[in-house]
Amino acid sequence: MSKTIFEHSVAGRRGVTLPRRELNTEVRELIAPEYLRESAPRLPQVSEMDVMRHYIKLSHRNHFIEKGLYPLGSCTMKYNPKVHEALVRHSCFNNIHPCQPQSTLQGSLEILYELQKDLAEISGMHQVTLQPVAGAQGEFTGIKVIAAYHQAKGNHHKTRIIIPDSAHGTNPATCSLVGYDVVELKSDARGRCDLEHLKSIVDDSIAGFMLTNPNTLGLFEDQIEEIAAIIHGVDGLIYMDGANLNALLGIVQPGKIGFDVMHFNLHKTFATPHGGGGPGSGPVGVVEKLAPYLPVPLIGKNDDGYFLDYSHTATSIGKVHTCYGNFAVLLRAYIYIKMLGAEGLKRVAENAVINANYLMALLQDHYHIQHTEPCMHEFVADSLWQKKEFGVSTLDIAKRLLDKGFHAPTVYFPLIVPEAMMIEPTETESKESLDAFAAAMLEIAQECRENPELLHDAPLTTPVRRVDDVRAVKFLDVAFSPGE
Amino acid sequence: MPYISNTDAERRQMLSRIGVGSFDELIAAIPRKLRLQGLLELEAPLSELEMSRRIQERTCGNVCVQKASSFLGAGVYDHFIPAAVDTIVSRPEFFTAYTPYQAEVSQGTLQFIYEYQTMICELTGMEIANASMYDGASAAAEAILMAVRRNGLKKAILPASLHPEYVKVIKAYTEGIGVELISCEANAGITALDDLTAKMDASVGSVVIQTPNFWGNIEPLSQLEKVVHSNPKTLLIVAADPISLAILKAPAACGADIVVGEGQALGNSMYMGGPLFGFFATRLDMARAMPGRIVGGTLDKDGKRAYALTLQAREQHIRRAKATSNICSNQSLCTLAATVYLSLLGSDGLAEVATQSTQLAHYMAQKIASVPGFSLVWPEVPFFKEFAVNFPVPARQVIADLLNHGIYAGVDLATFSQSDHRLLIAVTEKKTLAEIDDYIETLRELNYE
Repeated sequence: MSKTIFEHSVAGRRGVTLPRRELNTEVRELIAPEYLRESAPRLPQVSEMDVMRHYIKLSHRNHFIEKGLYPLGSCTMKYNPKVHEALVRHSCFNNIHPCQPQSTLQGSLEILYELQKDLAEISGMHQVTLQPVAGAQGEFTGIKVIAAYHQAKGNHHKTRIIIPDSAHGTNPATCSLVGYDVVELKSDARGRCDLEHLKSIVDDSIAGFMLTNPNTLGLFEDQIEEIAAIIHGVDGLIYMDGANLNALLGIVQPGKIGFDVMHFNLHKTFATPHGGGGPGSGPVGVVEKLAPYLPVPLIGKNDDGYFLDYSHTATSIGKVHTCYGNFAVLLRAYIYIKMLGAEGLKRVAENAVINANYLMALLQDHYHIQHTEPCMHEFVADSLWQKKEFGVSTLDIAKRLLDKGFHAPTVYFPLIVPEAMMIEPTETESKESLDAFAAAMLEIAQECRENPELLHDAPLTTPVRRVDDVRAVKFLDVAFSPGE
Repeated sequence: MPYISNTDAERRQMLSRIGVGSFDELIAAIPRKLRLQGLLELEAPLSELEMSRRIQERTCGNVCVQKASSFLGAGVYDHFIPAAVDTIVSRPEFFTAYTPYQAEVSQGTLQFIYEYQTMICELTGMEIANASMYDGASAAAEAILMAVRRNGLKKAILPASLHPEYVKVIKAYTEGIGVELISCEANAGITALDDLTAKMDASVGSVVIQTPNFWGNIEPLSQLEKVVHSNPKTLLIVAADPISLAILKAPAACGADIVVGEGQALGNSMYMGGPLFGFFATRLDMARAMPGRIVGGTLDKDGKRAYALTLQAREQHIRRAKATSNICSNQSLCTLAATVYLSLLGSDGLAEVATQSTQLAHYMAQKIASVPGFSLVWPEVPFFKEFAVNFPVPARQVIADLLNHGIYAGVDLATFSQSDHRLLIAVTEKKTLAEIDDYIETLRELNYE
């Protein structure tokens, strides 16, 4: 059992020294006692080495990219280049205050300006805001922009947004947050939007359509032109969830094929590390007619240099972040784009697609795959055969993969595929790494036949065994009691 | 090609195993007319060495706070960060891990989040904290939305002393579901009790009080709380500076229902204002209305202590359109920095940071008020580490003049559409008396009066 940091506490220990006080005034002479707390917060009292040993020990209980394959579908867990980390930590980046005079921010502003331009080129969009700090906040920003467009046009009757049943949960949650009702669109037998169903639900109340392309089955939505014609026909706008943009880099520019708004996940497509759940970054690109509604400020350039451009404040949706977005994450994406260039980015997409198809080819005789046509950057297998014949579920298979040193795929998503295992290897994995993963999956398929009990028991070798998350809800324990 | 392992020969091998002759066959589903002809128009690729040079060039366009003495704050603060923080945060084990969906191989991340939640509860006095929000502003906005879920009352009061950028973000987040935002005046640099009393009624769902407020002043939370809870359904949302909570009364002790705030000051570099992180804490009875991820302690199959994401039925990946928030990724790594920072400092160390900041800020306030033509805007109000000063000339002029002397004088309130003769000055424990004296001396020499 791993102790909490609080249980290492010894009264009087300290992990850092601060300068000797230069002044002797007591706080209670400066701030009336009625505002002061009577008892100190119970933070740990530990030495620096206590802290280091504790958190290094915790770090050993994580899976991470450098340890092994991370085939989480739609999460694009590619390798995070180390040059980013070395350059980002420059003291002229991390010691910059957002309220400094703009003349002292020219280097950072220039980088942001260039990144705005590069992302616009990559997406085929007219203008890009870098402000949203996560994919879901990008979605929120994009849907707010759609709402602002309709409000400016007096389209008050537009109250609904269409979302396919294969979409990420953030899509409908975002629409609710912006105040839209969600209409769910069915997928057809080919795993794409059902056009007949679409035609039957489109009317003048439709404000927009949110589509992930390639979709979460890893398939390119090849009817996008027809979809665009239908949605634009009622003055609706089409939003692209850019979670799967990795497959399209240098191959398709979403802004040129009918999409009006899209967000980027820089922590997926552009190799910025995910940090165990953020910080990410979710810039948003829009076509020209939507640019007036983007958050303020954008980064502008004139004869004097680079500046924070608030010129469209009157039409803007306002702000979604206290400052200008996650600069440190944006900087990493900037470096990534500059080092790969046009050919490199295209190569990223190609290899991501080849890797996914190669893995699918290795697995398809052993696991059921609903859509066996060539996929884009990911594909969805399932445990239909294993479940039916041996009573082994996707959860069991996922946990067994952990024993074999791999992270599990995204499981039970998309919701339209029962027992789904959504697999995205990304372009940074080598052939032998994919072969090793496939070999592990084949071993597991064999274990299902020979020893299904083993699968129910998995994982056996991880730092903890299968975790009881039902208990975590039933007996809610969300904070340690340092007094214990 | 950097970061792509497979060679052309391997690609051919793989394509042949897939059963196609070329990459083009794999993307047959993309109609040709939809494809980009030629290449994207981007700069030619840079090598690692060239990239380092490029970055070096760009940094020359910046003047960081190490090259100048900074008195900038307004929500982002330059506190000291011990070296051990970055050592932990840079570990790939934390850095390149994904969201801890597979608990068995994510115990490191899950446990530090649990420890972080505990520390936030200790600082705020609340019973449950989430794994973080994007920043203080979005945390405040989500708190208002949570209040609406709890009491169904779509009206929120925002005093003039609340950070103006928070107000903008709150507006963006709450207008979609039709929350009416009511402003409330400030009097003498703090929320005006009489105006708040006048605006309170049965339809008010929440009131947001920031303390120390945007101008650094400490709000009389206990008095305000009585007014807010004159309607028992109204929730008091407090936005706090976490460093101040080492010495100031915990918001829970003053009757707060939800406590949020900007966490950057806890061990995170400024990076021009991003990443920041928002903390979010409340009472256990409201746990199911909370936004964001929450980690809980539990047991594994062998009865061993373990951690898992809990109360997930609130979240977008389960509840979709009916989720409590659309948030998915948060600012996890920033909270790791905060957790390590708070562990290294402990409550004594954090109190020392808060105390030295308070001492130095008050010293400076007293000094600057003695310079002819300069005065404190609200000399009667208690403040923490930040205060507003009246200038005899537009603040932007003084900012430009002091920059020539290597000093970032403070934040011009005109940039927040407030008075252009007022400057907001922040002082942390990183400032020395010599730096402060130099600032004052320079002001005297410039002789603005």
